[in-house]
Amino acid sequence: MKIDSIINGIVLDHITAGKAMSVYEALGLDDLDCSVAIIKNVKSTKMGKKDILKIDNDFEIDLDVLGYLDPHITVSIIKDGKTVEKKKLTLPQKIVNVEKCKNPRCITSTEQDLDHIFYLANEKEHIYRCMYCESRVEKK
Amino acid sequence: MKYLIDPMDLSVEEIDQLIELAEDIIKDRTRYQDVCRHKILATLFFEPSTRTRLSFESAMLSLGGSVLGFSNANSSSATKGESVTDTIWTVSCYSDIIAMRHPKEGAPLVALRRSQVPLINAGDGGHNHPTQTLTDLLTIKREKGRLDNLTIGFCGDLKFGRTVHSLLKALSRYSHVKFIFISPYELKIPEYLKKDLLEAQNLDYCEVEKMEDVIQDLDVLYMTRVQKERFFNEQDYIRLKDSYILDLKKLKNAKEDLTIMHPLPRVNEIAIEVDDDPRAKYFDQVANGRYVRMALIMTMLGLENEVERL
Repeated sequence: MKIDSIINGIVLDHITAGKAMSVYEALGLDDLDCSVAIIKNVKSTKMGKKDILKIDNDFEIDLDVLGYLDPHITVSIIKDGKTVEKKKLTLPQKIVNVEKCKNPRCITSTEQDLDHIFYLANEKEHIYRCMYCESRVEKK
Repeated sequence: MKYLIDPMDLSVEEIDQLIELAEDIIKDRTRYQDVCRHKILATLFFEPSTRTRLSFESAMLSLGGSVLGFSNANSSSATKGESVTDTIWTVSCYSDIIAMRHPKEGAPLVALRRSQVPLINAGDGGHNHPTQTLTDLLTIKREKGRLDNLTIGFCGDLKFGRTVHSLLKALSRYSHVKFIFISPYELKIPEYLKKDLLEAQNLDYCEVEKMEDVIQDLDVLYMTRVQKERFFNEQDYIRLKDSYILDLKKLKNAKEDLTIMHPLPRVNEIAIEVDDDPRAKYFDQVANGRYVRMALIMTMLGLENEVERL
């Protein structure tokens, strides 16, 4: 299968196999008016299988969302057909409106216009908790 | 101090100061009877809790202040669909300090965004109840003379009991406190507390199923209610329920100076016969709740040194 190289844009590599679509949705790539290649189950020596996203547009990518979804994803910025920067992802200290609190007793279930904010409670185990009720987030 | 949402909002020093002030109030209440004159406490109880509301109101009245508010959501504009934020914003225009209870967890944190006056969380669902923790700490301090070098047993529902979780967190900051958790398997202390708190800080703790096995080791016994509906099957409930009822027979092997506590209300987990035992301190605990709330209200209004000026 041949996919053209991009000239100016972003490549997200080392996405866990099968997770490309959830990354696509979380980053809102559906709203972009450019070519986006979703490449699934690519052979990888490191991971066995992996997914890749190629975005033919140098838009501002939300690294916090990406870091939250999977800090092991590699982000390469492409300019004039060459990789000019590789961004390192870390787990963000907080995420805003990426997840919704599922606790029915949480104030976010009733109060209007309230952002769903989760903070990093345990870095080692990637645990995020709701800022309001401290319930653990259940990852999408 | 502008708010108290979570018991851990308070540093150990702030807790010690509140306890010290409460103990001074207990020594001579009349010295404090006018400290909050012309100040208004709003008690906003979006769900009923007679005990906590009366304790707050009694505290403010004992300081010479006034109270206003509502005792359930039906008598507030929440029934008209008003947000918590708007209710608090409005009431903070009528009062100098607010104590709020709400069934939704995290509601006080939302209220804090728009409150123009100091705000106290008087309980948010099964989440936090910081003034109960202060009450418990004051009771332990008064009875034992210290908050360190203690062996404290928590008995009953340790899974859902927010008072247990909060007190555990607060006591974890004092040295040489040993925790003994007495509960059926179904109601054990949550894993995250064991992992993130007890094990992370290398605290001394153990878990047992029967009170009789450990009662002789305890300085403090903190009882909670075991509800039948928490059990997965009737057999387990029948097998274990008596282990979580404190009576004089079980107290036989306990220390002479054991302190028995309970956040109340109790149902049957402490037999009535225990009430006259000098080790029963759960109604002293109720009285302490009023004094520590007096200390808290004064401190949050910046009037903690006012008594010296009067």
